Amino acid sequence: MPLSVAVPLAVCVLLAVTAPRLSRALVPRVAAWMLTCAAAVGAALWTGALALLAFAGLGRVRAVAALGPWSVSFLHTQDPVSTPLACAAGTVLAGCLAWAAVTAYRRGRVLTAAYRKAARLPDDRELIVVDAPRIEAFALPGRPGRVVVSTGMLRSLEPAEWEAVLAHEQAHLRHHHHAFLHVLHLAAVLCPLMLPLAREGEYAVERWADEEAAEAVGDRTLLARALARAALAGQPAHPAPAATGGPVPRRVRALLSRPPARRRTGSLLVVTLLLLLGLAGLGQATADTRALYEQALHTYAVRHCGGHPCR
Amino acid sequence: MNGVEQSNGRRSAGQLENNVLAVLWAADGELTAVQINERLPGGLAVTTVLTILSRLIAKRQVQRHRQGRSYVFAPVRDEAAYTADQMFSLLDRGSDRQAVLARFVSGLSEEDERLMKDLLQDREGR
Repeated sequence: MPLSVAVPLAVCVLLAVTAPRLSRALVPRVAAWMLTCAAAVGAALWTGALALLAFAGLGRVRAVAALGPWSVSFLHTQDPVSTPLACAAGTVLAGCLAWAAVTAYRRGRVLTAAYRKAARLPDDRELIVVDAPRIEAFALPGRPGRVVVSTGMLRSLEPAEWEAVLAHEQAHLRHHHHAFLHVLHLAAVLCPLMLPLAREGEYAVERWADEEAAEAVGDRTLLARALARAALAGQPAHPAPAATGGPVPRRVRALLSRPPARRRTGSLLVVTLLLLLGLAGLGQATADTRALYEQALHTYAVRHCGGHPCR
Repeated sequence: MNGVEQSNGRRSAGQLENNVLAVLWAADGELTAVQINERLPGGLAVTTVLTILSRLIAKRQVQRHRQGRSYVFAPVRDEAAYTADQMFSLLDRGSDRQAVLARFVSGLSEEDERLMKDLLQDREGR
């Protein structure tokens, strides 16, 4: 089993290294889909592989083995997974699952509170303006979805520019971008290796909305200007050095260059093959584990019940 | 501005309402229909602006007063804005609001800031 269970884990590492780079060759919409799917499958591969490794250790606990019942001494000699490795896998898995549960709970609580408040807003309003000096604009999913914008944001932009901002937020709502973000974030919490995919995925989602907005207002530089102006106006007096920098200048540069090329399916194909390889590896590892335990059951039966299945 | 004028005909009723609302909120005081029209992106007829305004008044998002011989318009500060403001602070307290809501912009590093300023000057210079 150790070789087959290493395949899904190796695929996770390969995804972390290659998927963000490969996504750059794609149109933002396709890139967002690709990264989100890859992150979800990657997190599942990681969880599955760790669970199999941890189970190798669990099966050697006498109390668990008695449930089979299977031969513990057979497992000790035949299962190539060492006990320390199994324990390490179990600890990492427990940590990831606990962290994911805590994050999901915290986020769920904040979201529920926000949606409860949003439900009190009048139904016929798509745009909600908050009279506050801070620079803020965001999309709030729901039925109906809403765009919340501060007067600070409106005042720091020119009228044509805020139209581009609204178009950007509406694109988020129209394409359910919050769902992409939830999946990406959860995958990264479950499997830290998916963090680069989540980062690039967030960027791809923003770029997707940027491209839609640019098309809606018919002017790419207009949106680029709005982005730059809003980002500058939103700067605190003493900016934290490079802590959160990055995506905005990259988005602006992408808008000022030519619209993304139609499609390059090569990188999509590579990622798909990687994911299939990982799934096949996980399937093989599961089958190997099952075969090993069937033998352990048989060994126990031969020793204790004269070859008949023990009851 | 060319691109905006081209896309004029494609603006939906909802978009126009949003634009008028944004103009009113961005303004410090009350505005007349003509003033609103001057600040709107793309040239519209004043009658169109008045139609949009009457829809917004019906929705109780805009109020109007008589001032001299014409009407002036202002946004209604009602519970909706207050509720949205509460949501702001609620989500600000949540540690991972950045990922919960897709925000328009995030912070900039000093280098990025310089880059953005150059960019805006560049574009305006042309």
